[in-house]
Amino acid sequence: MLSLKLAIKNLLGAGLRTWLNVIALSFAFVLIIFYNGMIDGWNRQSKRDTIDWESGKGQFWHPEYDRYDPYTIEDSHAPLSREILEEIEKKNLAPVLVSQATAYPQGRSIGVTIFGIDPKQTILKLPTATLPASNGTDYAIIGKSMAESANLSVGDNLLIRWRDKNGTFDAREIQIASIFKCDVPIVDKGKIYIAIETLQEMLGMENEATLLVTGEGFEFRELNGWVFKDNDFLLADMEKIIQSKKVSGSILQALLLIIALIAIFDTQVLSIFRRQKEIGTYIALGLTRAQVVGIFTVEGAAHSLLAILLGSAYGIPLFLWLNRTGIAMGYAEDMEFDLPLAEVIYPYYSIRLIIITVIIVIITATIVSYMPARKISKMKPTEALKGKLQ
Amino acid sequence: MKRMKKIFITALMTTALVGLAAQDADQILETVDKNMSSKNRIFESDMVIQGRRNSRTITSVSYSVGDKQSFTEYISPAREQGTKMLKLEDKLWIYSPSTDRIIQISGHMLRQSVMGSDLSYEDMMDDRKMTEVYSATVAGHEEIDGRDTYVLDLTAKVDDVAYHSQKIWVDTERYVPLKQEMFAKSGQLLKRTTLSNVQKIQGRWFPMNMVYKDMLKDGKGTEFRVNSAKFDQDIPDYIFTKAALKQ
Repeated sequence: MLSLKLAIKNLLGAGLRTWLNVIALSFAFVLIIFYNGMIDGWNRQSKRDTIDWESGKGQFWHPEYDRYDPYTIEDSHAPLSREILEEIEKKNLAPVLVSQATAYPQGRSIGVTIFGIDPKQTILKLPTATLPASNGTDYAIIGKSMAESANLSVGDNLLIRWRDKNGTFDAREIQIASIFKCDVPIVDKGKIYIAIETLQEMLGMENEATLLVTGEGFEFRELNGWVFKDNDFLLADMEKIIQSKKVSGSILQALLLIIALIAIFDTQVLSIFRRQKEIGTYIALGLTRAQVVGIFTVEGAAHSLLAILLGSAYGIPLFLWLNRTGIAMGYAEDMEFDLPLAEVIYPYYSIRLIIITVIIVIITATIVSYMPARKISKMKPTEALKGKLQ
Repeated sequence: MKRMKKIFITALMTTALVGLAAQDADQILETVDKNMSSKNRIFESDMVIQGRRNSRTITSVSYSVGDKQSFTEYISPAREQGTKMLKLEDKLWIYSPSTDRIIQISGHMLRQSVMGSDLSYEDMMDDRKMTEVYSATVAGHEEIDGRDTYVLDLTAKVDDVAYHSQKIWVDTERYVPLKQEMFAKSGQLLKRTTLSNVQKIQGRWFPMNMVYKDMLKDGKGTEFRVNSAKFDQDIPDYIFTKAALKQ
């Protein structure tokens, strides 16, 4: 307690030098929490968006289906049993039929994936209800990114060519019924959504689907002939990529922390050099060398406590404000990276994140304070009292 | 009674004529296949790809056995030199010397055009004999570039065929198609091929110039000029292996 009191007294007595160190360390402290909070917020939003737009509460896949292997799409379809049809009727399952095709917007050709989906489904946020019933014209909905890359607007006709279940080419025009805005690129880029019955008829795969998206009301059980993929599996890759961003960001945070710690280290070295008489006096008063090392270590480490207090003083209002307004990221027009990115990210600061950051800052500050203080244990008290260089 | 007899004879004659026409058409198609197909073949060819502002020519040598095995090596321009393509059954691999890697073409990529041409990788993989997949009827006669042609309407007789129907114009003398149109199941015209410069090679007539046009896409199409063609040669088996791609 004595050493802490002494440390705080000495620190405050040092004036501007202390505050410069504290400000630098508080920046590192606030930045670490801000960056990790932003990544955690992004991760949470991405998961939520992907669940809402793509994965639902998990999916049943045809055993042959692999979303990363286009070879499997051709053979990944199976008839829907009575049990499944009943669940579809109750809106607990949304069947999706997948096929590859070529679209010809304005005389260009682009590879697309057609998703046949139940227009009445309510499990996914896809605005399938805007798909009009086929009346000689077939309708499709597409995402904003797809609409921009293919230069398509609502009401435009798009010629598509595909191969049916036998591999025979077929082609027809579909009309764009609506364009949706979605933060999940995988749902948007190169995707066309049409009524599942239309796609079943186009492919000659009546009453068949490639996968089934489960909704809230689905009571989990095995479905014969289908393999269940939970959200831990469906979202694993996305989470890994986002977490890897945390690692790359940690390099910047570490650099900032190191700069702040170097300043503390430098201050400690200077203190011990200039305050040899003080050290000699402590020892002469009966303090052991270890106690004196302790006083100086606590003094250095106290920088971190002040930094945390200062950081909290401006960080808490800043974080609360960011939490309310969010961080505008702009709409990922080109969606170059296939990760969900909302227009506004709301950072998420968990207690765990704050505690870990506090511990890191205190421990590292203590270590860099202790390292120069070790020199004290080698000092001769008589020489120190005289203030002689050692 | 007399009237019934007349109707019966007319119906009989019509059936016989339709049958004869179909038989004629199938025979024409068979002769076309004899000209166009072979046990194996080696082509040296130029592919002229028409761009929006300019055109570029890609020269290649290709070895094919039936419709299951094919190996192509690109000779020029320098940018494409050394690129090789291997097709075995329904699988396709490409070797690029710049990356020194072999990649398998799949999914969306199979639908992409080959080096910006009007031919997709899928198109290159589909070359079965027409008699195996189509039944033909003679729709009439037309003249193309001063040559009389049979106009044949082809309809798929098997399920696993790329084009549900085709229309081909066959030279009545040389039994070589001079024009070919491929249709989707919906009747939409998908591709048009014009064939010319018919030459006699090893006893068969063969068109040395072909222009492929994807009718759904803008552009002038892709010209395929065969500089030399050899049929029924001894092609070593190792050519059709993935190891040959890196050699």
